[in-house]
Amino acid sequence: MDALEAVRLRPVSPRLGRRRFADRVFRAAVFGAVIVVLMPLAAILGTIVVRGAPALNWDFLTSLPKPVGETGGGVGHAILGTLILALGGLLMAVPVGVPAGVFLASDRMPRLAGAIRMCADVLAGVPSIVVGMFAYTLLVLPFKQFSALAGAFALSVIMLPTIARTTEEVVRLVPSTLTEAALALGAPRWRVMLKVVLPSAGKGVAAGIIAAFSRGAGETAPLMFTAFGSQFLSFSPLQPIAALPLVLFNYAVSPYDDWHAQAWAAALVLAALVLAGNVIARFATARRSS
Amino acid sequence: MSLASILVPVPGRSDAPRQVVTPPPAMTKDAPRTAKMVIESLTAYYGSHAVLRNVSLPVVERTVTAVIGPSGCGKSTMVRCLNRMHEIIPGTSVSGRVLLDGLDVYGRHLDPIELRRRVGMVFQKPNPFPTMSVRDNVLAGWSLTGTKPPNADDVVENALRRAALWDEVKDRLKAPGGSLSGGQAQRLCIARALAVQPDVLLMDEPCSALDPIATARIEELIHELASTVTIVIVTHNMQQAARVSEFTAFLYMGDLVEFGDTAGIFTRPSDPRTEDYITGRFG
Repeated sequence: MDALEAVRLRPVSPRLGRRRFADRVFRAAVFGAVIVVLMPLAAILGTIVVRGAPALNWDFLTSLPKPVGETGGGVGHAILGTLILALGGLLMAVPVGVPAGVFLASDRMPRLAGAIRMCADVLAGVPSIVVGMFAYTLLVLPFKQFSALAGAFALSVIMLPTIARTTEEVVRLVPSTLTEAALALGAPRWRVMLKVVLPSAGKGVAAGIIAAFSRGAGETAPLMFTAFGSQFLSFSPLQPIAALPLVLFNYAVSPYDDWHAQAWAAALVLAALVLAGNVIARFATARRSS
Repeated sequence: MSLASILVPVPGRSDAPRQVVTPPPAMTKDAPRTAKMVIESLTAYYGSHAVLRNVSLPVVERTVTAVIGPSGCGKSTMVRCLNRMHEIIPGTSVSGRVLLDGLDVYGRHLDPIELRRRVGMVFQKPNPFPTMSVRDNVLAGWSLTGTKPPNADDVVENALRRAALWDEVKDRLKAPGGSLSGGQAQRLCIARALAVQPDVLLMDEPCSALDPIATARIEELIHELASTVTIVIVTHNMQQAARVSEFTAFLYMGDLVEFGDTAGIFTRPSDPRTEDYITGRFG
C-alpha cells in the first residue's frame, strides 16, 4: 500500500458531518445578514427610480420652477446651486483639511496631533443642524442676509473632518522609503511633503475630496438657515441660493401633486449625484491600493 | 597595517596641519591618502538604548569601505549617522563626532541639507520616486533642494552614464521612475545620488533586493565609482565585502570589533569574533 492510498483510506472523522453542517449554517447566516443590509439600499434606490423617473426629463434638469398650477418647470437652479455650494465648501475646506491631514500623518508634536485628531472626530459627529446654527450666527445674523457664502461655509465645516482624516490615512500609506530617499537628497521636510509625498498620495487625497463633496452635496439641515433656498438662478455669493435638498424638502411637504412628482425626481438627481461621487472616490482608492 | 598610516585631520580645526604618516606599501597606489570622513567615539541611541557604542574609524578618500556584521549590529545606524539620517527617526540621538573634511557634521558649520548633498545615499530597496519620470528622478537632488543644475541634460546623461544605466534608458527618459526593473531602479537611485556630485556615497545593503546578475552589475559599478567618490557600503554578504572593498569594519552588537584593510580582515583577523563571523560560525 503506497502513501497515497493510505491517505485515501483513512477513515472519515465522525465529526465531519457536524462540521459541514455548522459551516453551512454560518454561511447562510452571513449571506442573510448581507441581504438584510442591502435591502434598505435597494428599496430606497428602487423607489426613487420608479417614482422619480416619470418626472425626469431634460426640461426638468435645466429650467427654473414654474408657479403652482402651471405644468413643467424644473430644478436647474437647484442643481447649479448645489454644485456652487459644494464647490464653495471645498474651496474653504480643502486648504485647511489637506494640510491638517498631512500634519496628522507626520507624527510630529504627537500631543497637538492627538488633540486635532480628536477635534476632527468630534466635529464629524456634530449634528449637521448644529453646524447650520453655527454658520447662521457667524455669517447670517451679522449681515442680516441669508447667503450662498454662509451655506458654503456650513458645508465646509461638515467636509473638513472627512478631508483631514482621509488625507491622513492616504499620506500614511506612502512608503517611508520615499520620504527617506528625498530627505537623503537634502530636501527640506516641506518640499518632501509637497513634491514627493502628496503627489504619491494624490489619488487618495482626491478621493477624500470627492467623498467630502458628495457628503456636502447631500446635506439639508445646514443649508436651511444659511443658503435658505431660492426660486431663481443665482450666482451671487451674498444672495440666498437654491439647493437640491432644500427643493426636495420644500416640494415634498407641499400640498401639490405636481410638486410631489418633482420632489421624487429631485431625489433621484440628488442620489445620482451623491452616488456618483462615492463611486468615483471608491474607484480612485481601490486603484491606489492595488 | 595600522590606522595611523591614514592622514587624519586634527579634529575640529580644519585649517590645522594634517598628521602625515608614510603609508605602507599596500596603500601607495594613489598615495598619499587622506581620510574623507572620520568617525570619533560615535554612540547612537534609539531612546535610551545605545545601538552603536563608541565607534571610531576613518573613511579613506576615494576608496570603498565595507561595513559588515550580523543583523542588528548597528551597521545601518552607523552609516545613517554619516549623513544625519539617523536623526529623522523620532527619539534618536547621537554623541561623539563625525568629521567631513575636518568639519564636524553635527556642528554649526554644516546644516543637514548641505551635508546630505555632499554625502549621498543609496538604500536597501530601490526607491525611485514613482510620480517622477526617469529624468526627473535623476534631477530630484536638485529640484528637491530648490536648485537648478547648470545644464540639466548634461547632468542627466552624465549621472546615468556613471551609473551604467544611460544606454538602457536614454530612449525613455520620460517614462515613470517606477517602470524600471529592480536592478535598473537601483542604478537609477545611484544616478540620482550621483547627480548632485557628492563627495561620499553611502550604500546601505544596495544589492540585498537584487538578483545575482543585477548585483554583479552594481558591484562592477562600485569599483568604477571608487576612483572618483568615497564609498561606504553596508553589506551582510561577506563575499561582496571582500570583492568590492579596500577597507572593512566589522561591527558586532554595537561595537566596532575590528577595522583594517579588507585583505587583512579576511585572511588574518585579529579578533576571534571576526574570525567566527567571517568563517560563518554565527550571524
